[in-house]
Formats: sequence, structure tokens, C-alpha cells
Amino acid sequence: MVNAFTSSIGHFNYWASVLLMTSGIYIVLSRGNLIKKIIGLNLFQVSVFMLFISMGKVTGGTAPILTGRHEIFSNPLPHVLILTAIVVGVATTAIGLALVVRIKYAYGTIEEDEILALDLAREQMDARAQ
Amino acid sequence: MIRQHLAILQVMLPMLCAPLCVFARRPVIAWLIATAATLFALAGSFILFAQALNAGVISYHLGGWAPPWGIEFRLDAANSFVLIIVSLVGAVCMIYGRDSIPREIKSSDQPLFYTMMMLCFSGMLGVTSTGDAFNLFVFLEIFSLSSYVLVAMGAGSDRRALTAAFTYLLLGTIGATFFVIGLGFIYVLTGTLNMADIAVRIAGMSGSGTLHVGFAFIIVGIGLKLAIFPLHLWLPNAYTHAPSVVTALLAGTSTKVALYALLRMLYTVFSPDLPFEALILHYLFLPLGLTAVFVASIIALFQSDVKRLLAWSSIAQSGYFLLGVSFANIGGLTATLVHMFNHAIMKSSLFLAVGCVVYRTGSCSVASFRGLGQKMPWTMSAFVIGGLSMIGVPATVGFVSKWYLVLAALERGWWPVAFAIVAGSLLALFYFGRVIEAAYLQPSPENSAVTEAPVSMLAPLWALTISCLALGINSELTVSTARAAAEALLAPHAGLPAHMGP
Repeated sequence: MVNAFTSSIGHFNYWASVLLMTSGIYIVLSRGNLIKKIIGLNLFQVSVFMLFISMGKVTGGTAPILTGRHEIFSNPLPHVLILTAIVVGVATTAIGLALVVRIKYAYGTIEEDEILALDLAREQMDARAQ
Repeated sequence: MIRQHLAILQVMLPMLCAPLCVFARRPVIAWLIATAATLFALAGSFILFAQALNAGVISYHLGGWAPPWGIEFRLDAANSFVLIIVSLVGAVCMIYGRDSIPREIKSSDQPLFYTMMMLCFSGMLGVTSTGDAFNLFVFLEIFSLSSYVLVAMGAGSDRRALTAAFTYLLLGTIGATFFVIGLGFIYVLTGTLNMADIAVRIAGMSGSGTLHVGFAFIIVGIGLKLAIFPLHLWLPNAYTHAPSVVTALLAGTSTKVALYALLRMLYTVFSPDLPFEALILHYLFLPLGLTAVFVASIIALFQSDVKRLLAWSSIAQSGYFLLGVSFANIGGLTATLVHMFNHAIMKSSLFLAVGCVVYRTGSCSVASFRGLGQKMPWTMSAFVIGGLSMIGVPATVGFVSKWYLVLAALERGWWPVAFAIVAGSLLALFYFGRVIEAAYLQPSPENSAVTEAPVSMLAPLWALTISCLALGINSELTVSTARAAAEALLAPHAGLPAHMGP
């Protein structure tokens, strides 16, 4: 009983990142507002950062700085990888938001269903013009 | 000195040219810088390919850190072959862009456009060259992020480019993140990110659940970038609304690079000998490939926009790639690689021909192709040759790919699949037939003053068209190269240093 309890608490980080991951994807797919979609995408990416950092943690380990006083170290490589992934995530968010701004100027709205309706109206007009 | 560092130079030079293009300010200078960089990469990839064939494997250690600790650029016959595809299509598109780009993008944006082209190009070369799985993700994102911007550049003529780019960004990012999740699982299992090293270490772990989950995430992630059939939703809009040059570049290279990443994962990192992968190839890729060929071809039949028609045709062609992959034998892999090269040539030439039509008529609807057979004879004959090649008529490269695909299917004894490949080609006949019929048999609209496209656009177009015919008649070159590449993909342990061996 105690064992099952500690092991599930021990995996808390993984449960949290799975929760964030699924809610992030759900937001991307279900929300019509483009800004909310970007927020969902961010949640999804951050969950992966958490997953990686949790993987690198060694129980009882400290930061890998050689002082001679410690013997167990956490794995620093996942941190380095995630540092790169964070940069990629920031760039993605920046481009996404820039696109949303342009969409707002071009369409006057950032709701997906309204944009689709505007596009559809335009296509029908083009078809009639031909 | 240059030869020694060529593997990294040809990725870094375009990347360094990107900021130069920003500062160029004048579009012509930016174009010159970009073209020079792509031509350098083209020459470099031929030299690297020759070296890789001679030496077996070129291993370049970034910063002098030995693999598996440092990042390694690892070039064998397979990825140097893909390098040639990418840089060839890139160079042709760049030369073509000089006249085509000013028509679709306003001049103040053009230096920035070339910047994005350079980043996209260098990202694709990087994905192809690297031997490190996480580095592959980084380059994948460099090229994806810049291609989102490139697609959005089509907004000058149609605002729908923006929403197309946004959808592409969402799905592309989800794909890349899936890839990273999968990589995380593989890293937990093996403690390494070097692809050759992973291959050695997972050899005995085929029962591990972590491995299965990692594999699934990686394949779905790359599948989103490659637009494998049910994951293709971003592709038709992105291809339709992007500027002509961008569409030709993306159609010719980006899906090929993603396909290369898929092949590298399926055949080098993982192996078709792993029981779960054999199951996936047989029960998932084969039906998906067949569905893609038929469903996408039938959707292509009903498109009124030629670019969108060609985009659906690209999804159908990715079905052929999946079929070749699912055969899991050297014949199927060779066919996939041959088709990868051939499809890059013919699809780019088709999109460049459409670009010429857009340049003159300002539209790419099937209706605007009426009577162009007489008005734009060179453009339309290149389009017809490209179309015949997609159908798979003998003496074109398309026939060579279909031939080897059918052979590989028969080698496995799957004659219904071979039959389906031929039937799928028949559908291509119908959708290309519609465009060609409009161009040659319907009269052009009254008082249209359309003339032939300028030579600077026709020359690169015809360079691809002629290679489409030449390599279709003499297929020895591509097929033997593709076979060498297939063998390299299936030999993950070749040329590994002693401390990394199995």
C-alpha cells in the first residue's frame, strides 16, 4: 500500500506532464479562437519540457558541478536539450502570434468559424464570377 | 581544408547567408547571395556524394567532439543522395525565382523572403546531414518555422495564405513535439542520441514498452511533417496559397526530407526485423498507402485550382512512398528512393510550369489554362511532359518509379498491390487529362493577350523537364544510386568506430 502510494507520488511529474499534454492538444483541437490555440500549443510543448527534465533527475543527485563533495549527479543533458526546445517553442509562438495579428488585419476576426465563413463566401463569389 | 569541412560548410553557408540577405536591402543582391549559396550547396552535395560512395561513410565531428558524445554529421550514400535532391531543386527554384518572386511579393519584403528561403534550405540540408537525432529535430524546426513564414508570404495575393500557414504551424509543431516526446522515450531507454548508437543499443530490446511508445510518437511526428495520408490536412491549403516558387520548393524538397527522416528512423535506427515494426509496416503503412493513392487521386479529380490539384496529387504520391516502405525489402526501399528523386523532379517542374501560368495570367484555375497550348507552348509542353511522367508513361522518370514499385510488390508476391499501383496511375491520367484538355482543346478567352513566360523562368523549368526525360530513358544512374542508398540505410553499423560497435 505504502509502496503503491510512493511510486505514484514518485511519478507525479509524469502524471502532470501527461495531463498538460492532453489538455494542450485538446485546446488546440477544440477551441476556435486562434490565440487560445496558441496557448494550447504552448501548454503541449511545456509538458514535453517537464517530461524531459523529470527524466534527467537522479534520486538524491545534485547539480552536476564537480566540487568533490557530492558523488551522485543528475543528468544535465536533458536540460541542455530542453533549453534548445524552449528556444524553438518561443520562435514558434512568435511566428504564430505574428500570423494571428496578420489574420486579424486581413479578416477582421480571429475566430476560426468566422474566418471559414468569410473564405467560403469569397469562394462562392469567385465561382459565380467565372 | 574546404573539402574536409564540406559536410558542415554546405549547411552553414546558406545559414550565414540568411542574415546577409536581410542587410542586402536590394532584392537583386539578396537574390544573388541566395543563388550563389544554393549553387555552392549543389556543387558541395555532388562532391560529398562522390566521397560517400568512395569512403562508405563520411563522419564529421562538430567542434571536434567524438560521437556519441558530440554531434556528428554522418553522410552515407543515402543521405548524400537526398542532399543532391534538395540542393538541385533548391538551385533550380532560386534561379527561377528572379522573375517569378517580384510578381508575387512586394519588393520591400523580398530580401526577407530570401532570408527565409536560405533558412529553410539550410534546415533541410541539416536534417539530411545530421547523425544526431535531437539535432535532426532542431534542423527540422529551422526548416519548418521558415516554411510557415514562406507559405504566409503568399498573403500578398491571397489572404487565405495566412490561415493556411497558421494551420501548417499548428500541425507542424504538434508533429515536431511528438517527435521530441518519442525521442525522450528512446533516450531514457538507451542514454544516447546518436542515431547509429541508438541502433546498436536497441537491438535486443524489442519487447520493451518504452521502445514501442517512443517508436509510435516518432513515426506519427514525422508522419505529420511528411503528410502521410490521414495526417495531410495542412498540405492542400499550404501548397495552394504559397507563392509559386515556395510551392515548387516545398513540394520538391520538404516532404522528401521528411521521408528521408522516416526512412532513417524505420530502417537505420529501428529495423524492419523488430517484430512490432514489421507489424506496423504491414498492417498500417500498406493499407494507408493504398488508401492515400486512391482517395487523394479521386479528390484531385474534382479540383478547380491546378495548384490544389497538384497538392492532392502529392498526397497520392506519398501513398506510393508508403507502399514502397511497407514492402520492407531492398527492392521496395530502392523503389521508394528512386521515386523520391523522380517525384522531386517532376512535381517541382509541374509547379514551376504552373508558376509560369500564374506569372502571365495571374490565376491558376483550370479555366485560366484554356487555350494556353497555343499561347504558351513551351510552358504547356513542359507541363504535359511532367503530367505524363506523373501518370507513368514510358520514357519518363515516372515510369521508372512505377516499374520498380511494381517489381518490388511482385517480389513479395503481392500482385493485388501491383495492380493497385497501376490502377492508381490511371486516375492520374484523368486529373492531368482535365488540365491538358483545357489547355489544348478549349479556345482561349476572347481578347486575351497572354504570351510565353520569360526565358529566365523557362530555362530552369526545362532543365527539370529535360532531366525528367533523360533519366526516364536512361534510368541506370538513378536506380544504381538509389540501390546504393538503400543498402546504406539497411546497414546501420557500417563504418562505426570500435567503441560504438555492436
